[in-house]
This record gives sequence, C-alpha cells and structure tokens, in this order.
Amino acid sequence: MLRLLQIEFIKLWNNRSSKVLITAYFVLLLCIALIATINFDFGQVHFQVAEQGIFNFPYIWHFNTYVAGWLKLFLAIVIVSMTANEYSNKTIKQNLIDGLSKWEFIYSKFLIVLSFAAISTVFVFIVSLILGLIYSDYNEISIIFSDLEYLLAYFVKLTGFFSFCLFLGMLIKRSAFALGFLVLWQILEGIFYLVIRSQSDSDTASAITRFFPLNAMSNLIKEPGSRLSAVRTVASQIGETITKDYSVHWYEIAIVLGWTALFVYWSYALLKRRDL
Amino acid sequence: METILSIDRLTKKFGYLTAVRDLSFTIEKGNVYGILGPNGSGKSTTLGIVLNVVNRTSGDFQWFGGKVSTHDALKRVGAIIERPNFYPYMTAEKNLELVCRIKGVPYDKIQEKLEVVGLADRRNSKFRTYSLGMKQRLAIASALLNDPEILILDEPTNGLDPQGIHQIRQLIKQIAANGTTILLASHLLDEVEKVCSHVVVLRKGEKLYSGRVDAMIASHGFFELKCPERQKALDLLRNNPAFREIKEENDLITAFLNEPMEAETFNRFMFDRGIVLSHLVKRKESLEEQFLALTGA
Repeated sequence: MLRLLQIEFIKLWNNRSSKVLITAYFVLLLCIALIATINFDFGQVHFQVAEQGIFNFPYIWHFNTYVAGWLKLFLAIVIVSMTANEYSNKTIKQNLIDGLSKWEFIYSKFLIVLSFAAISTVFVFIVSLILGLIYSDYNEISIIFSDLEYLLAYFVKLTGFFSFCLFLGMLIKRSAFALGFLVLWQILEGIFYLVIRSQSDSDTASAITRFFPLNAMSNLIKEPGSRLSAVRTVASQIGETITKDYSVHWYEIAIVLGWTALFVYWSYALLKRRDL
Repeated sequence: METILSIDRLTKKFGYLTAVRDLSFTIEKGNVYGILGPNGSGKSTTLGIVLNVVNRTSGDFQWFGGKVSTHDALKRVGAIIERPNFYPYMTAEKNLELVCRIKGVPYDKIQEKLEVVGLADRRNSKFRTYSLGMKQRLAIASALLNDPEILILDEPTNGLDPQGIHQIRQLIKQIAANGTTILLASHLLDEVEKVCSHVVVLRKGEKLYSGRVDAMIASHGFFELKCPERQKALDLLRNNPAFREIKEENDLITAFLNEPMEAETFNRFMFDRGIVLSHLVKRKESLEEQFLALTGA
C-alpha cells in the first residue's frame, strides 16, 4: 500500500498544475477562517459575521463542513486530470508493462482519493476547532465534541465525489470532457427531479432522486443557513417556522458508500476489459 | 534449457478482424528472437497480450513456466512497445524513479542505466524536451533498470534518423552480448538478420515460420551464370540432381543448389562439358528474399 502511495505521490507532486491546485485548495480551506473577519458597519449598527453564532460549537461542524464541501471541485480537477492524463500520455500502458497489475493501478488511484478526503477532513477539523475555540460562546468539552458526524459525512461525501471523478476520468479518458460530463450529470439529475415531480409530487421526487449519486452526496450535509438563530428569528418574525431535518442519517451515508464501491469497481472493470 | 515464455494457440479478434490466429511459440533463455512480419501482421498485438495490456480472445501464455502471475512476471521483464511512454512533465530521473518503485528496484540502478544509454548528463531534463532518439534510449534504460531476464523491443528504431538507428542497434548488440534474452519485433529485416539467432515470421496473424535464422536461410545458395550456349547449359543443369530449381530471366540463369558446391567445382564441371561461362556468381539467399518468398509478396 505504501509502495502504491509513493508511486502516485511521485506522479502528482512532480506535476506543477496538480501542485498548484492542491496548494490552492488547502489555502482556500484556511480562508474559511477569514469569514470571521467580515465586518459590516451600518451607521450605528456594527455587524460582525463571527458573532452571529456561526462559529458556535457544535454548529460550526455543520457550517464549516458545508462550506468546505464547495471547494472539493479543486481536487476533483486534480483527480480527473491525473486519471485522464494516464491515458493521453499512454503511461497507463507503460505502468502495466512495467509490472503494475490492473487492480493495483485502480487501487493506487483510490488510495489517493482516500488520502485527499482524509487530509481534508483532518484539516477542516483543525481549522474549525481553532475557530470555535476563539469565537464559540460554548466551550464545554461535551458540546465541542458533539455533532461530529458532520465530519464523517464530509469524509464520505468527498470520498464518493472523488471516486465519481476517478471513474469519469477512466471512462472518458479526456480531462476536459470528463469534467464537462460531471456538470452535465448534475444537470441531468436536476432534470430527472423535475420530470418526476411533474408526474407526481415533490416528496416522491426527493425520495427517488436521493439515490442519484450527486444528489446523495449533497444530501449528506444539508445547507446550514436556515439553522442559524439569526435567520430563524427573522423567519419567525415574518410568520414562517422552519422545520427541517439537518442531521446526518446512516442510510444517506450507506447510499454514498454504495456509489463509491460501484465507481471503483466500474473503473476496474473498464480497465480490465479495455485493450490499451 | 529454461523456458521464459511459452505461447499456446493464442488468438485475438478485434470484431470481425482476426489480428492473431492460433499462434504458438516458445522463448528459451539466452537466445535473441526476432518477430518478423509486415505492418499489421499481429506483432504488436501478440506482444501486447503477453505484456498484460491487450486481452486475448482464446489461447494461453505462460511466463517462466507459469509459476508467477503475469504482473509479477513482468517485473522480471523489460519491455518497450511502439513509442516511449513517460510522464512529459517529469525529468528522466524522476520517471525512472517511478519505474523503480513499480518494479521494486533500488534507485541506485538509475545512474548506471542512464550511463549505459548515454543520457547521464541529461538526467535532470524534462522528458518532453528530449528528441525522439533520446526518448527511445531512455525507454531502453527504463527497460533495463531491473536487469531483466528478457528484453522485449517493439520496433525500437521506428522513426529514428540513421544515427539514432545506429545507436539503438549498437545498444541491442551490446545487451545481447551480455547474454540477455531479447525478443525484437520489427519489419526491418537487416535489423533482425544482424542481431537475432531465432526468428518467428508472421503474416496476417498467422505463423509462417519459427526456428533458427540460419535454418531459415538454410539453402546451399545459388549460382547466377551467363553463357553463349544457353540451351545446352539449361539442359545440363536440369539433368543434374545437385540442382533443385533452374530459373532463367533474360540471359541470366539462376540455379538453386540441393547440396553444397563450390563455384570452382561448378565452373570446372561446366567447362569439362564444353560450356564456357561469361558470368558466374555464387550467392546465398538473404533473409529478405526468404521473407518475401514466405509472405508471398
């Protein structure tokens, strides 16, 4: 396993664009902390984002994993291109000839997927912990370490998404087209949702589309905005009550893990069947 | 003798096209093999199958007596096929480090092999800055990293300039002289004739010949002669069991030998029967002529 990671590391870290994208990704993750510094001054009213409770434990776990989730696109590009470039440089052929087995090839890519997801999760954990310790109103240990399932959800979400990218890179063999297909797929899931809803109702549509890969991944961590006390106060003032389930459910994790397994297996099956 | 690779009734179909048909041969340790065939005769496909990048339709192959899996066997093989494939953004040295990791070879081999192919001073240049000849030499260095038991080369001089071709050929001869088993696929006959001891001839995916090169050219040669009394000479030659075939083209007679005979002996034989030759040459068929005769071109 270490050998496979070393192999992939040599390939990734010597590529300037990958290096830039990976660095940019982690710098941007750090930038979540900058939200804390956003200030507004409306005449007499002084408004600081950090004081609106977004950095309160345990809400911060939900908020930060959700925001960090958007940045995954950077690593998605790295994964798609590292896979597709193996085809365009024909190095995949040379790797196999040099004695890598087809399974080892896919497995080494999947190890990178897992590493990216794991490092991101640890990174987000540390950034959130520090931000929380600075700004949170509640600092009891039991509160700090509650709701950690959002970090698990974040890890699973990234693993699933990157595995999808890995599969697309293997399937389409061209990075630009594979990324285009990813966008297209997102749109297709949206269209499916609309079609099903027009035939029945929105509950049925959600029930069906939650099995779609991208939808399943985004369902893992729901938008945290409406959970904010400030937003709730405003909502109740205009006579709306927000009743929404924000928690992470085991079956949502199971669906994404299922897709992850399928994407990895399909990548392997593709490589096995193909004549290079 | 130790068998390195045995191929048994291997067949590969691409849709309706059969690229390789019922091909069988074995590679023994210590020999230099050539796979000969015109373009599209299935050479690269055959190599692709034994190198784990092309799936076979039927048949079987075994590396090293079948005791190891194909990808583990390939760690003991060095192979370059068609074009050199490396990561363009990495230096020669980094590319070779990667191959070392895959094959499980220590890094200290890199310097040694770069020196063998004469690229040691360019080891920190990116692969994409290399000329085709240098790329091909780097590919050979990469294939040699694990001191392979067999070196497989597919058209190693394709697209190179005469200098590059010469360098690669020298390298191959040097490697062969060290006792490394080599399998060389080529459509260039003099290449094969110069370095190979054994040859497999393919046409349209079928084996036409397999065996020693000298056995393939194993005729006793032929005489080319001219003389004023053509008809008399022809009659004489046709009635002589030492010749298996007589051809005449314009005024040039070609007589193929059935048994060894020196030009002197032949000249005396003709002179004794009153035929004076105005032209006499004894020649051996080249591999090229044999090959063209076999592949029916």
